[in-house]
Amino acid sequence: MSHHIIEINDLEYTYPDKTQALSGLSFKILHGESVAIVGANGAGKSTLLSHLIGILVPTKGTVRIGDYPLTKQTLPQIRRSVGMVFQNPDDQLFMPTVFEDVAFGPLNLGLPLQEVESRVMSALERVGAAHLRERPPYKLSSGQKRSVAIASVLSMLPDILVMDEPTSGLDPQARRQLIMLLTSFTHTKIIATHDLDLVLDVCERTIVLHNGLILADRPTMQIFSDTALLTQAHLEKPLGMQGCPICTPRS
Amino acid sequence: MSKMESYWLDLRQLDEMAIHKSVIHHIHPCAKLLTTVIFLTVVASFSKYEVSGLFPMFFYPMLLMILGELPLGPIMHRVLLALPFVMFIGIFNPLLDQIPFLQIGPLLISGGWISLFSIFLRFLLAVTAALILVATTGIDGIGMALLQLKVPRVFVVQLLFMYRYLYVLLEELIRTIRAHSLRSFQGEGIKIGVWGSLLGQLLLRTIDRAQRIYGAMLCRGFDGEIRLIGRKKLVGIDIVYFLGWSIFFIVVRLVNIPQWLGTLLIGGY
Amino acid sequence: MHMADALISPMVGGAMWLATAGLAAYSAQKVAKELDENKVPLMGVLGAFIFSAQMINFAIPGTGSSGHLGGAMILAILLGPHAAFLTIASVLTIQALFFADGGLLALGCNIFNLGFFPCFIAYPLIYKQIVGARPTQKRLFLGASLASIIGLQLGAFGVVLETIFSGISDLPFTTFALLMQPIHLAIGIVEGLVTTAVICFVWRERPEILQKAAMSAPLGTLGIKPVLVGLLFVTVLTGGALSWFASSNPDGLEWSLAKATGVEERQEPEADIYRILAGFQKNITFFPDYNFKEPEDIAVNAQQVRAQEVWPAVNSGKTIAGLVGAIMTLLLAGLIGKSLQLAIKRN
Repeated sequence: MSHHIIEINDLEYTYPDKTQALSGLSFKILHGESVAIVGANGAGKSTLLSHLIGILVPTKGTVRIGDYPLTKQTLPQIRRSVGMVFQNPDDQLFMPTVFEDVAFGPLNLGLPLQEVESRVMSALERVGAAHLRERPPYKLSSGQKRSVAIASVLSMLPDILVMDEPTSGLDPQARRQLIMLLTSFTHTKIIATHDLDLVLDVCERTIVLHNGLILADRPTMQIFSDTALLTQAHLEKPLGMQGCPICTPRS
Repeated sequence: MSKMESYWLDLRQLDEMAIHKSVIHHIHPCAKLLTTVIFLTVVASFSKYEVSGLFPMFFYPMLLMILGELPLGPIMHRVLLALPFVMFIGIFNPLLDQIPFLQIGPLLISGGWISLFSIFLRFLLAVTAALILVATTGIDGIGMALLQLKVPRVFVVQLLFMYRYLYVLLEELIRTIRAHSLRSFQGEGIKIGVWGSLLGQLLLRTIDRAQRIYGAMLCRGFDGEIRLIGRKKLVGIDIVYFLGWSIFFIVVRLVNIPQWLGTLLIGGY
Repeated sequence: MHMADALISPMVGGAMWLATAGLAAYSAQKVAKELDENKVPLMGVLGAFIFSAQMINFAIPGTGSSGHLGGAMILAILLGPHAAFLTIASVLTIQALFFADGGLLALGCNIFNLGFFPCFIAYPLIYKQIVGARPTQKRLFLGASLASIIGLQLGAFGVVLETIFSGISDLPFTTFALLMQPIHLAIGIVEGLVTTAVICFVWRERPEILQKAAMSAPLGTLGIKPVLVGLLFVTVLTGGALSWFASSNPDGLEWSLAKATGVEERQEPEADIYRILAGFQKNITFFPDYNFKEPEDIAVNAQQVRAQEVWPAVNSGKTIAGLVGAIMTLLLAGLIGKSLQLAIKRN
């Protein structure tokens, strides 16, 4: 029997300047699922993600992660099981060296130094960045920064990986490497992205957000075959599904 | 703006030097920091007119630069840039202190010139010592040393953060200024009216960034206490380094070695 | 302007370091206790911001000249005095370490001059009093400008005092002060303008930032303690230094001798007479066949002879020996250096 690992009920959020970002979302995510959150800019993707790790607190509605409802008291436990990779890796890599950045999480968990060391090295090896351990973050390329940011979250051994625009700013090869990495993860994955081809490759389920509401929540292929839905949500088909540009020129 | 870009480059250069592995780099940061402090204090304690006695002190930066395999160019470049500042004050000495001090042939040298030269030597010694410290230790080493010397954690953590984001902010500022200069035609300087908005926007972006960083820290379990990995332990060579240099400095301070050397050679009076 | 290691004496450097360390420890305690946990990343990032902003030259309208930002006031307004003090301290530390701005020994002085005065005096006693809880554009302008100007004047005065007490530079008090204060008045005005421009911008766009900052550091929690401690320290320093001068003045006979020879006349009142004359003693050089016992034969200044008669006879060859020895030392150093270099290359 599969149990829900994430459960969102009637989630509403209003910013301090009175803009309503989320107007009532409900969905459940199962253990091990890969779910994409897509939508136009301003649809509420990042806001939703921020709720999943408790950076933002709902103005209405509930968030439940695993066994814990999201409250101030349960935040530490929730942050142990949810790892979030931010859109801008520079916001996430703030220690003097890569090693220290990846060690930041395990150290905060109170793990002994030896355990920290082994977690850091295995996380770095997982993302292929073991050779960067003594580098300062500013010297990394954007692809490397992205990998290290992921490692900094992996080292906490989360059950759920939440990612905000993971492929933005990456060159094609770095992007491809990232996609391969993500498909190799067995974690529950929630990915907010504009990169619809990434969604095709990695996520079997897609939630479409529009103006703070869920427009659709279906298997990925169904979403991308529904042209009307895509247009309404300010999206279009992934490039991989748009046919050969020579044989079928776009009008 | 070229000043910013040159600062950025200098930072990177010093940073690269610090990653290098040499004999000096391996010495414990505490030992290096304390030795530098003793060095600076001894240099400053020389009398105002001391010139020849200061020369042996040059052994310290010289030896460290060679053993530390540090490139002379960037360090000298920094020294030269800082020079006018000090000389601006120092130049008043010859103007004010005209009492003759020394006569070499027909040339009468006043006390002011002697003290100016002394100032120049002190300057060279102090500046090279500080740069060498950074070039052989790096900011993390210095942070570690400060923590072990009981400097408040809040300050050290903040220092490391600041250093980390220096690059990010300098780059952002360089881009902003470049964009501004491409669209302005008044030459040097930015008008005050533009200033407020330009700097203000950067400030707001900075504050937002700080919020995001804080969020990232929270996500990785941050609970208010920053744990740094203090990896190094003091070993014999570190203590030898510190004591050796300190004794040398004190000897140099108490005994005017060049004078002694010269007396030996000339036969003494 | 920064105090430099080349111009500082260990006593002044050490004393100011003590003051700065005390203030830093106090500020760190205060910041650690504060409820606002996200101060540390904010402090770091704002520090980087101020550092970068200091690089920019901005044109002053109407004068054709340019100036740049100090930044302590902006930090104090946004972070509160304690966090701002630590932040400006770290900016100055990086500058001293990486850019040889000032020096490590003089860092204590510089942090005190550029941190204590703006954060713990100008900010609470001037800015907060003027701006209060409900800022308006006019009040922000007045508060920021006045606070910047006075903070910088005090800081500049600190540099003057520290330089004079160190005794390495010959600049007399009045001349130096007349040099520093007006320059820093201009810098202060510019700083005030820039601070106002930036703060007004923030106040227009995101007033909640200023409100939050103002609330988290009301005047009450600052307390009068750090201000008093700082001022006490300055007083002690001044007093101690003055008495040091007094005690190092030669006693009556020598004093009047010095007066008679006119040496004292040529000096400015605050200069260290004793040290200068002692310097003479050590380093006057006369050529070997010069008989300095006969005053009439002296081609150099008469004062030096008197000085000779008052203190123990100087070894006339000492200075020449010193010069020779210095050259020898350099050559020796070069030799050792080269051989080390070769040894390393071989490895």
